[in-house]
Amino acid sequence: MSTLVFLEHHGGVIQKGALGVLARALALGGDVAGVVVGHGVADAAASAGAFGATTVYVVDDPAFEAPLPQPRVDALEAVVAASGAENILFASSVLSADIAAGLSARLDAGLNWDVTDVRIEGGQLIGKRPALGDTVLVDVGWTSTPRIALVRSGAFEPVETGGSATLHDVAVTLQDFSTAAQIVEQAHEQASGPSIEDADVIVAGGRGLGTADGFRLAEELAAALGGAVAATRAVVDAGWYPYATQVGQTGKSVSPKLYIALGISGAIQHKVGMQNSGVIVAINKDPNAPIFDFADFGVVGDLNQVAPKLAELVRARTA
Amino acid sequence: MKIAVCVKQVPDTTSVRRLDPATNRLDRSGEGAINATDINAVEEALRIKEAHGGEVVVVSLGPAKALDSLRKALAMGADRALLVSDEAAAGSDLVATSYALAKALERENADLVLFGQQSSDSDGAVLWSAVADRLRRPLVSQVADLGIDGATVTGKRQTEFGYDVITAPLPAIVAVSDAINEPRYPSLKGIMGAKSKPAETLSLADIGVEPERAGTRGSRTTVLALAPPPPKGDQVKIEDDGSAAEQLVDWLVGRKLL
Repeated sequence: MSTLVFLEHHGGVIQKGALGVLARALALGGDVAGVVVGHGVADAAASAGAFGATTVYVVDDPAFEAPLPQPRVDALEAVVAASGAENILFASSVLSADIAAGLSARLDAGLNWDVTDVRIEGGQLIGKRPALGDTVLVDVGWTSTPRIALVRSGAFEPVETGGSATLHDVAVTLQDFSTAAQIVEQAHEQASGPSIEDADVIVAGGRGLGTADGFRLAEELAAALGGAVAATRAVVDAGWYPYATQVGQTGKSVSPKLYIALGISGAIQHKVGMQNSGVIVAINKDPNAPIFDFADFGVVGDLNQVAPKLAELVRARTA
Repeated sequence: MKIAVCVKQVPDTTSVRRLDPATNRLDRSGEGAINATDINAVEEALRIKEAHGGEVVVVSLGPAKALDSLRKALAMGADRALLVSDEAAAGSDLVATSYALAKALERENADLVLFGQQSSDSDGAVLWSAVADRLRRPLVSQVADLGIDGATVTGKRQTEFGYDVITAPLPAIVAVSDAINEPRYPSLKGIMGAKSKPAETLSLADIGVEPERAGTRGSRTTVLALAPPPPKGDQVKIEDDGSAAEQLVDWLVGRKLL
């Protein structure tokens, strides 16, 4: 079985989620190759060798400078044709979801998304997918070749193997409509303070903090725990906290050992970014908030009371 | 400006949702509701129409009763509804759904096609890109702010890294995020008026979808087995009686997290 892993990169760095999917693909066996699409990406492509990719297909052209999905569908179509890949795996992201879905239509190839594991059974690829708010676990299959999967973010950890990759350049013919959309401006914030993607402890704040000032509660608790502060999309939109701290579908995906959610309802768009956390603690005054369905420890109460007291108790223990 | 908005009827998220073990498909027999984030797309279409004039048509694939959800969009102010409803479409996956929807949209030939952010039943956020590829039109997704200037659409796209501002020539496909607006509630007048607005139901044959491209036959994925989720471990939920912080610290210590 031959598998192609889409290695999404940002700022010349292959994303951790994609390297995790690469590790899983290598563990499944068969021929595994990576694919990197962009402009000036030879170094990024070569860097995948240290994570076990012996073959990396490279589509390198100024047309792929901007992180837009439609030209990448053309690129993937060409790489699938050149490589004969039977499985095409993506780590889920805003960009990768659009590429995988476009490719599914282009090739009439089945796409299963939100997959948390893949295995081979009787020569068949089978995906595992929690559905309906994780109330049921579904085994999903494909009736086409190739088969496409979007893997839930954080499902697999990268494995550093050492080694080097052989790069294969692939030329791509772009469709006229693929290049019609263009990026005219990018507003990417650099994170200040500890990165939430590397933090062992995250204290996240939502609308329940009341105001931008309310984030002082989250910061105080994070400082006591030696952790980082994160935020929901709603409060980032409201300007309470920087974009770089946003967790969820259009933000970062995090998997700390401990995730403390302050005043966060737990909508699906937030959940997808933090559900792989080791332990989830939720403090919320609404007893019916969905976050209590998947929190390991839930406190129904006033976070203005509970959070400062918690910070004080933690400080007393670590003093 | 003609705007088509794709909406989906989903099982009411406040009810118990289940997959039918006999068919491995979602049980759609209970109460249905318009998918929450699709309402943002309807709202955005209405705002564009209010600013630029034109027509808003809501388009859906689903069982006959999905017409109820389309009526809600008509009550908000959409002009017309098109439902493609056919027994043969049941069990369609992304490949089959995007094919049928693209056929329905080709028939409408709108300047702008809008989608909502995610369906609450399948947790998918993929349909727009598949449809854009089939229609060979430019796509802008995860749009938190949308502008139209002549024949160009400009969208502020939210990504993991910040905002990208993207322009595309019309006709185009745009998927909006639920951050884009606060949808209006239908007025009583709107609800009464919705009953007399045109609402058309078509079969797959009407829109030119071949039987082998619909439903299970037209799908390229399959559900093999259902199982209960792994136990989550012991979940604790307490009401704060003044000692919640102490209880939480003890619990964290017990798990060696402090």
